[in-house]
Amino acid sequence: MSSDPAIQFRHVTKEYHVENAVLGGLKNLVLHLPTQIRAMRARKPFCALQDLSLEIAQGESLSVIGRNGAGKSTLLGLIAGVLRPSAGTVVTRGRICPLLELGAGFHADLTGRENIVLNGILLGLTRREVLARLDEIIDFSGLAQFVDRPLRTYSSGMTARLGFSVAVHLSPNILLVDEALAVGDLEFQQKCLARMQQFRSDAVTMVFVSHDMESVARVSDRVAWMDGGRLREIGPPQQVIEHYHAFVHPTVAAA
Amino acid sequence: MDACSQLIENTPPGARSAAGWQWPSREQLIYYRDLLAVLVAKEFKVRYKSTVIGYAWSLMHPLAFALVFFVLFKIVMRFDLPAYSLFLIGGLFPWHWISNTVTSANFAFLGNSSLIKKVRFHRATLVLASVLNELVHFAISIPIVVGFMIYYGRYPTVSWFWWLPALVVMQFAMTFGLALLIATVNLFFRDLERLSTIIMHLLFYVTPVIYPYEKLPPNFRWVLMADPFAPLVLCWQGLFYRGSVPGEFAALAALWALVCCLVGYRVYQALVWRFAEIV
Repeated sequence: MSSDPAIQFRHVTKEYHVENAVLGGLKNLVLHLPTQIRAMRARKPFCALQDLSLEIAQGESLSVIGRNGAGKSTLLGLIAGVLRPSAGTVVTRGRICPLLELGAGFHADLTGRENIVLNGILLGLTRREVLARLDEIIDFSGLAQFVDRPLRTYSSGMTARLGFSVAVHLSPNILLVDEALAVGDLEFQQKCLARMQQFRSDAVTMVFVSHDMESVARVSDRVAWMDGGRLREIGPPQQVIEHYHAFVHPTVAAA
Repeated sequence: MDACSQLIENTPPGARSAAGWQWPSREQLIYYRDLLAVLVAKEFKVRYKSTVIGYAWSLMHPLAFALVFFVLFKIVMRFDLPAYSLFLIGGLFPWHWISNTVTSANFAFLGNSSLIKKVRFHRATLVLASVLNELVHFAISIPIVVGFMIYYGRYPTVSWFWWLPALVVMQFAMTFGLALLIATVNLFFRDLERLSTIIMHLLFYVTPVIYPYEKLPPNFRWVLMADPFAPLVLCWQGLFYRGSVPGEFAALAALWALVCCLVGYRVYQALVWRFAEIV
């Protein structure tokens, strides 16, 4: 069982149909019907991922780097199962937990405690499972004295701490992190990094998307460099980051 | 639970998975029960931050409407209908259930974009929760209607035992289908929200909520067939005001509920896999 990869991309292609007609709203569609229909017929899909094959082993932590629009978030969306591939198959094994953006899945008028339950259930736990972990989550967040106040009284740092605390207590098999590592103060960041290390020893598979090369180098076993919807290079962190820098910086200097 | 055995194959839409259709497991059923409960509870807590005032607020809107129409038609226009205030609230409370559902449906998916983009779950749960929430609001307003009935010396009959649940189920099915349709289409055409507000406003006057349907000139009676909400509102008025539910309108309402449910679900089903792309 454990020899099976946690995540497997088999010749995955993902295309997006950019529909200007739709983006302009109903009014626009009706008022300019002939032009819009012609535009829809002539549309060319945008290819976000092209024939990508990739295996991520159980317990491996992989970072995905690349320029904006390289297909990094599409990759995460396909793993999470919120996007469907246009061709190919993505196979995942185990419970997947995405780390949400700041404040997502929370409600400002509910207390911290109520929000933990809401967020935990939204992320895939049953009520019983969340309640069993409630004390541990509150303890980890370090917000015990604020937890019965409404969330709107929290600072953004505190909100982020609460969200992160819920996410790391979901006992995921696969953790998906999209640019969200630097949350809270230094002390909390240390706590998070320690938790990440524990995840690694617990054989939790992690996929990071990040532009922060320093943390990429620190948390990952392998780094994948994406460019234009293709995998440009995959390998040990130092090597790939070096090549990526060498690729990016001349263009920065030229601009 | 052995989560490691949870194998998911993400394939292109249209491709049938090898496993085929499967009944939801017991864990899944418990999970979706919890998800629904927490979503409905969230709306409820937010709306009723302090319970007594919150309850009064939720009744205030339809009651204020009833007052306006009462003054306008009974006092100013001298409309001659016995127990007109009972007639008004008997139609206005169900109408508010419909119109609140349509309004909140616009944002059922749009307002949860960050979840839809990242978390995999049945998206229809979000709509179901908001419709259930409006159902609860309607249910707690029924005592007010009964209070008005008693004031006018009318009492619930034995037929309430079957008509009340039947009408609630019909209206629930209809609003759920509509909400699913609107929530889905509003993701793709963001200006549907404005359009649906206008349409609901027009339909409010087209539907015989504030006037009895007999007042409609005969050459306008077809409106009662064409307006999906008219038969249902007539049934509610039958229950609360006239004392008996008109069978032919109940049948028509059931038909409309079925149509709304089917259309809403089909549209949702056809487009749900694109939600995360477009939201």
